[in-house]
Amino acid sequence: MTVVQEVTPSATQQPEMAVPPGRLAVRRFMRHRLAVVGLVVLVLMGLATLVLPLIVTTDPNAVDPTAFRRPPSSEHPLGTDSAGRDVLARLIAGGQISLLVGLIAAFGATVIGMTLGAVAGYFGGWVDATISRLTDVVLSFPTLIVVIIVVAFVGPSLTTLVLAIALFDWPTACRVVRGLTMSLRAQDSITGVIGLGAGPLRILRKHVVPTVVAPLTVVATILVAQAIMLEAALSFLGLGVPPPSASWGNMLNEAQSLSILESMPWLWLPPGLAIALTVLAVNFVGDGLRDAVDPRTTR
Amino acid sequence: MTAAEPLLALRDVVTTFRTDMGRVPAVNGVSYSVLPGETVGVVGESGSGKSVTVTSALGLLPHSGTVESGQAVFAGRDLFTLGERELQRIRGREIGLIFQDPMSALNPVMTIGRQISEGLRRHDRRLSRSAARARVVELLAEVGIPNPAARARQYPHEFSGGMRQRAMIAMAMANRPRLLIADEPTTALDVTVQAQILALIAQVQAETGAALIMITHDLGVIAEIADRVVVMYGGRVVETGPIGSVFGKPGHPYTRGLLTSLPRLDRPAAELYAIPGQPPNPMFLPDGCAFRVRCEQSQNRVECWTQPDLTALTPGHASACHFSHELAASEEVSR
Amino acid sequence: MIAFLVRRLMISGVVLAAMSILLFVLLQVMPGDPAEMMIDPFSFAGNREEAVARRREQLGLDQPVVVQYFRWLGELLQGNLGYSFSSGRAVSEVMTTRLSGTIRLMGASMLIAVLVGIPVGIVAALRRNTAVDYTASFVSLLAISVPSFFVALLGIYVFALTLGWLPTAGMNSPGGTGLWDSLRYLILPASILGFALAGPYMRYARSSMLEVLGQDFLVTARSKGLSRLQVVGRHALRNAMIPLVTVAAIQIPSLFAGAVVIEQIFAWPGMGRMALEAISARDYPILLGFVMAVAILVVVCNLLADLAYAIIDPRIRIGGRA
Repeated sequence: MTVVQEVTPSATQQPEMAVPPGRLAVRRFMRHRLAVVGLVVLVLMGLATLVLPLIVTTDPNAVDPTAFRRPPSSEHPLGTDSAGRDVLARLIAGGQISLLVGLIAAFGATVIGMTLGAVAGYFGGWVDATISRLTDVVLSFPTLIVVIIVVAFVGPSLTTLVLAIALFDWPTACRVVRGLTMSLRAQDSITGVIGLGAGPLRILRKHVVPTVVAPLTVVATILVAQAIMLEAALSFLGLGVPPPSASWGNMLNEAQSLSILESMPWLWLPPGLAIALTVLAVNFVGDGLRDAVDPRTTR
Repeated sequence: MTAAEPLLALRDVVTTFRTDMGRVPAVNGVSYSVLPGETVGVVGESGSGKSVTVTSALGLLPHSGTVESGQAVFAGRDLFTLGERELQRIRGREIGLIFQDPMSALNPVMTIGRQISEGLRRHDRRLSRSAARARVVELLAEVGIPNPAARARQYPHEFSGGMRQRAMIAMAMANRPRLLIADEPTTALDVTVQAQILALIAQVQAETGAALIMITHDLGVIAEIADRVVVMYGGRVVETGPIGSVFGKPGHPYTRGLLTSLPRLDRPAAELYAIPGQPPNPMFLPDGCAFRVRCEQSQNRVECWTQPDLTALTPGHASACHFSHELAASEEVSR
Repeated sequence: MIAFLVRRLMISGVVLAAMSILLFVLLQVMPGDPAEMMIDPFSFAGNREEAVARRREQLGLDQPVVVQYFRWLGELLQGNLGYSFSSGRAVSEVMTTRLSGTIRLMGASMLIAVLVGIPVGIVAALRRNTAVDYTASFVSLLAISVPSFFVALLGIYVFALTLGWLPTAGMNSPGGTGLWDSLRYLILPASILGFALAGPYMRYARSSMLEVLGQDFLVTARSKGLSRLQVVGRHALRNAMIPLVTVAAIQIPSLFAGAVVIEQIFAWPGMGRMALEAISARDYPILLGFVMAVAILVVVCNLLADLAYAIIDPRIRIGGRA
């Protein structure tokens, strides 16, 4: 029987070739209005934590013995807390710490995940089986609880917090990289390069890293959101950033007292809103990036 | 053929799809009709609009697709003007569909029997559960599935490809429809099974007296079972006519290309002919005759930059080519 | 299916064994003497030194580590998790009293999350790219992004402090009983915890439904003349539910994590609050019990997910493709 040629490029792909893929991704990202808004918010937040300390020169840890729990005034734009410290100055200082913890912990988790994923995907076999099992197990334990337990035994500190989050929040990154590495490995071109004697490190650097950068960025963004949330939750519970350093989470810790919650909203609303806004913005950017990187995801 | 009333008459159907790059026409004014009991083969490459034409008629287009204009008159009623409820009464009862891939076309978590009986009970409210079940077993037996009672209780993944397609056929013919539409019914199957399924469709059609639209990219299938053939290219009908006439004296260079690429016993398989070039992307159809960029007859003559109309060559046989007379002449010479 | 489940059970066994080893290691590095921990610090009468020495011998603390591990495991399996440093009660007993509170909170939250998240996600998928879909997606991202403790503070501020409709904390009013009393205390924490989980459920439900809506067999169903309701209800939903059930079960442990925070804010007498109290009191035996409870919960939920998957999907149930 004769068969008419069935080969045809899928209808939606061809015209897009006219535009460079990079610019197309940018275009898809920009179409997500919320993602753009999120990005703007994040940039503003970052700038604020860097620039505002130059304007608001009040020491976040300085105690004003004349003003405890004062409502907002010209002297203290967001009032003062129970120890007589300026809330605005603490909000800015806390922002630096919260953002920094989020970024560093997420970066650490991404690096760990990428390394394990690349190793699993590249070597396959029992290496892959072991790493995959480990990933499953770590993934099925809620990170918050694991980090709480670690902190309970080690004691709270900034370093513990960052390390604990990085050490237990890597599985998503690992899965993504593992999958990509495996499919890359299956391609003939890679087999050829291996045949030419290229070592695993070279393969990883030259072939794996460029392939995974885009999808990994999406994962990393989501990890940043998670890390900020984790830091906030732990500090809120008194297990995160130890006082007197400020963080958005530990500023909320005080609000567990009903009298503060009821009559001193300037103490808890600003840090709470700051966390919510930041995480929301990061997640919007993450969603936008996901669509930009992988247009097949359902819009 | 006499002036029998056609069972389904498509007139100037235009269907577009919404894409990232705007509206793209998939069907560009297609007309053809099917007489009661007749078998019409619709042939064309993927992207030619052959499937979209019938899904348009049945209101089964995906969300992104819209019928822009045209008529699809089935048994005196224009399907495009009917509401969803009225269409539901026609689908499955008066028109049965057989799809290409019986694996993905069957619900993996519902038994075969249930998938057939729900179509029966949908169109016959008085049919009891047990009566429907008995009817399902009969149907499965009719399409040649051994041990039908036990098979009805099984799930699609427990069936082989050929058996699944048999079940699909049973489903399509369950309500004795007047029209069967088979969309590439053998493409996804093993070569050995293809012939059996074709024979089964022909047998079912003969028994029920239904008309059949056989959509395929395989001219061999058409040659085997069709009375008439509709050749589609770039969302349009480029040639239509009785099978003997079209196969004997093709009036369009595309049809001729298809026929030339059929393997023949008197020629070694190695010399198999293929039409040069690629099937067109519906988004970038060439102006004028869509086939001109691949056409060996055209040689880029200026006429080909205007859209040729479908014109009759002999009664019942029409083609859309500015040079169909030349084609006929060269055909005479090569004979 | 049997083969599939046996394999899964074996994996769970391995995970639990690994967890027990981890616990044992924690026990070794932890401040305090394991033998000491296993003796009730308050109500124990008699010569404590001697009893500790005897217990140490029983546990074989002079023996090789491997032997110690198995002895300890034996005690563990008999339910002896030691005694709380602070209250002196048996860890297993403390945990049992706290368990019901957590189960009540988690059960109610789960119910809310499932009843809200999944239907909304499905409707969003059916109304894709409409205002309904955009609103649902925005709300689900909100639920994922806004930390539940902040929502809880807002909730208490609005519904308890300002409007005075609901109590601020606790599980019952003092001396109060009856369903209504319990419900009043349950509503706020459970809806806040449930809302946090409804976000991811909504997203999963939407994407899983969208996936199914693109499948060929839905066109087949429509080609049989079925109504929209039949197509969606009978064909699409059931297929969309298969991945959803699994995801829902796997998410239960993260609900537990959320419960820790919510219990703390609402002074809810559950396991999470117990753990936090244990941390500030350095009550390690209780903490170990908590870790073990988490491990068991995780393993059970994974098994539950596999079981549900195997039951709901005939491709696994029949033919046993593991």
